[in-house]
Amino acid sequence: MNFWNDPLKIAADWLTGILTGWGMPAVAAGILVAFLGTLLLISLLMVMDIFLVWLERKVVSRFQDRIGPNRVGPFGLIQPFADIIKLLIKEDTTPEGADRVVYNIAPMLSMMSVLILWAIVPLAPVILGVDLNVGLLYIIAAGAIGTLAIIMAGWSSNNKFATIGAFRQVAVMVSFEIPMVAMLLIPTIFAKTMGMNGIIQAQNIPYFILSPLGALIFLVAAIAELGRAPFDLSEGESELVSGFNIEYSGMKFGMFYAGELLHALTFGGFLAILFFGGYRFFGLEKVSPFLAIVIFLAKAMVGYWVIMWVRYTMMRIRIDHMLAFNWKFLTPLSFVLLMVTALMNALLAGTSVWVYSIGMFLSNVLIAWIALEIVRAYSRNEREKVEAPKVAAEAHH
Amino acid sequence: MNEWLYVGLFFIVGLIIPVGAIGVAWILGPKKSNPIKLTTYECGIETVGDSWVQFKAQYYIFALVFLVFDVETVFLFPWAVRLGQLGLFAVIEGIVFVAILIAGLIYTWRKGMLEWA
Repeated sequence: MNFWNDPLKIAADWLTGILTGWGMPAVAAGILVAFLGTLLLISLLMVMDIFLVWLERKVVSRFQDRIGPNRVGPFGLIQPFADIIKLLIKEDTTPEGADRVVYNIAPMLSMMSVLILWAIVPLAPVILGVDLNVGLLYIIAAGAIGTLAIIMAGWSSNNKFATIGAFRQVAVMVSFEIPMVAMLLIPTIFAKTMGMNGIIQAQNIPYFILSPLGALIFLVAAIAELGRAPFDLSEGESELVSGFNIEYSGMKFGMFYAGELLHALTFGGFLAILFFGGYRFFGLEKVSPFLAIVIFLAKAMVGYWVIMWVRYTMMRIRIDHMLAFNWKFLTPLSFVLLMVTALMNALLAGTSVWVYSIGMFLSNVLIAWIALEIVRAYSRNEREKVEAPKVAAEAHH
Repeated sequence: MNEWLYVGLFFIVGLIIPVGAIGVAWILGPKKSNPIKLTTYECGIETVGDSWVQFKAQYYIFALVFLVFDVETVFLFPWAVRLGQLGLFAVIEGIVFVAILIAGLIYTWRKGMLEWA
């Protein structure tokens, strides 16, 4: 075993050795080393977050046929640092009548709810914070803290726009959490574990082949959970100006913004882990843990790019359409998919991998087709209801 | 080391970073507040009426439906993990369980509670 095969453990053992050599108790040394590791991971995440600002601005400008930041440094790469300096020296205002404590805690909670998700993200087979056996439940729990942060921000701002934005955002998050949780159950059924590393290890066939519809529903629910377009009702610029974070300025606003970007990348990562094999890529992950990290981040970036692509292509939808879409279409569909997956899993148990995969894939395609046919028939029915009187009137003339 | 201790460390560090960033901004930023600056933003006009507006009762209904589903889906996680060992009987039981949930959703739907009126 050398440093390049298991860098985290070697570094941790080395540091623990030094600290205990100084006469520190082993428990305290272990905690201190874990603390330093956490600090390192989160600091690296924050540095990556800074470049996500640049990436997002560059990508959106390409979608909108612009060039984007290109003045400060090569390709505008230094631009986010200039932005940070600006955010740091802005005045920190708390509007009159705001609930000061709640108002100031909200941006911190918002950022924290994203950062703690990375405790369970396996970057490589041996580089991971902690492999919780209830990893998927932990994702849901951490997501709930994000929802809490948003309603705290909206309510405490003493602003109508912020309050309405928070209500809407909570309605979106709460609604789309149901299909998302149902879709988290599908990798659980396949992998027979809730641990993130276990799910990746079990993916000899990536789960997007076994359950393409599941991956798609998870992506849609994730976009809604992130509060991004087309589900960004909480900050609809044309009606709510900026929604729940309207009164925030300076670094507090920066926390919401950076948290949102990192959250999107994190959900790209979860999509990669749950349905696209995480750090696995045709055995390349066994070469070096560092290569595995690169593979995982590349997959997460692809997921993030898809989320951005949807964001800058789709129009914002109305809240009643959004809620109807979730409760009347996505929730029933995801539960039907879950039940069929469970049933097929039991019926195909013991058959060869090929039969199992093809059976799963076909059942997914069939469900998607039936669901689309039902929607199509319904919309045809609705359209005829509107058009029938018109046709009758024309025939009369 | 206990894995939950590590998760706890993540909570602590995850709070230290934003607190630090906002703290630095608070130290570096100017402090020249005045009453106009602290007024509630409302597109440049004076705030009309109370800022803490009443919310639609519909949000409450959706939250209630959510609550039922969320609690029940958490029960489905142990079922999903052990599905391989339990066989067809457990699958049928799971389907019955979800069918009861869906019946609740259909009841809400038929009652017109899913409409945004």
